Amino acid sequence: MPDRERVGLVVNGEPRLVEVEPRTLLVHALRDGLGLTGTHVGCDTSQCGACTVLVDGKAVKSCTLLALQAEGSEVTTIEGIADEAGLHPVQQAFVEHHGLQCGFCTPGMILTALDLLSRDPDPDERTIRHALRGNLCRCTGYQPIVESVRAAAEALR
Amino acid sequence: MIPAPFRYHRATSLEDALDALAEPDAKALAGGMSLLPLLKLRIGRPELVVDLGRLDLAGIERANGSLEIGALTTWDALSRAEELRGGGLDAIADCAAGIGDLQVRNRGTIGGGLAHADPAADLPAVAVALGLELVVRSANGERTIPACDFFQGPFATALSDGELVTAVRVSTPPTGSGSAYVKVEHPASGFALAGAAALVTPAGDVRIGITGVGGAPALVHGEDELVELEVYGDRFAGEEYRRHLARVVVRRALERARSRAERSSG
Repeated sequence: MPDRERVGLVVNGEPRLVEVEPRTLLVHALRDGLGLTGTHVGCDTSQCGACTVLVDGKAVKSCTLLALQAEGSEVTTIEGIADEAGLHPVQQAFVEHHGLQCGFCTPGMILTALDLLSRDPDPDERTIRHALRGNLCRCTGYQPIVESVRAAAEALR
Repeated sequence: MIPAPFRYHRATSLEDALDALAEPDAKALAGGMSLLPLLKLRIGRPELVVDLGRLDLAGIERANGSLEIGALTTWDALSRAEELRGGGLDAIADCAAGIGDLQVRNRGTIGGGLAHADPAADLPAVAVALGLELVVRSANGERTIPACDFFQGPFATALSDGELVTAVRVSTPPTGSGSAYVKVEHPASGFALAGAAALVTPAGDVRIGITGVGGAPALVHGEDELVELEVYGDRFAGEEYRRHLARVVVRRALERARSRAERSSG
């Protein structure tokens, strides 16, 4: 059995300790170690973006990052963006604009959109499509996803 | 997919990293955008992974007549760097903005990408066109390697065991120069089927770097030299089609570089 060690992360605002091997990927630390199964494993080959989370505010594919690389970082998953008042405006926009069909890619889409909107509060369609390039929707529902992000941008401004 | 077991060391200083990398079968980890997929596929099975992520090697600094880009500077930072806009260096920012996707650009680094030396990577074309130099450190000290000597074949570089790329040095081209990078990419992977970086100077010098068509980037000095370019074909693009793409991206990169040169001297 390889050595296991504890890694400290600030997940959705709370300090958490999770036991990992050196080779444990962040996505598995989140899902299996902390029970945060909203972060999905799609392709497992860094293509599909379903596993996207924010690490220190930046969208990353958590299947392509060792948990140890993220030690001490702030990690935001889909579970961490709503508050007592209700859904996050980006989530709400996806509901209202039918930005999901099966929903599998949705957490990754939303977290990538959050990174985009943090740097560009008023992205045009081309910018949104370019930013979401690393997130695949196998239902091919891209049009309403783009509309959802545009609506979310407006709601957040 | 989970990598084979390895030991992990988080480097605390450059010296610490070089010490750790002296161990046989140790592998340096920067952003991990090339290395981690290889570990997950178990194409790579190092004994020890040395994480460089906390080293202070990111950022762009001006030195006399040149820029020094830290090896851990991300593609995202490069794509947004004011220092790389205008002044003949746009090709670097063009190239960085088109690599992978947002998530990959947030993590992937210039030093890691160059050291990985994927034959379809974008930056090698820019590196040979702009004459970048790689600053390399080892236990024996520091040396610089010109980009033209650095790339030796697919995934093969002039780096020796125990050497790390710590920075990339860019000489500022003469005032009134322009550069650009243009690629035709594989629609799924985003890697270049053919990519060209062009630099034109007011004195009429032309340097063109080409990637994606052979084992290592090629340097030519005009479109007429493309007849001698060695091009390979694969299931995504046969030799004849790839040669055609190379001509197209070279022409487009030259046009864009020339129009930028005119604007900057205008």
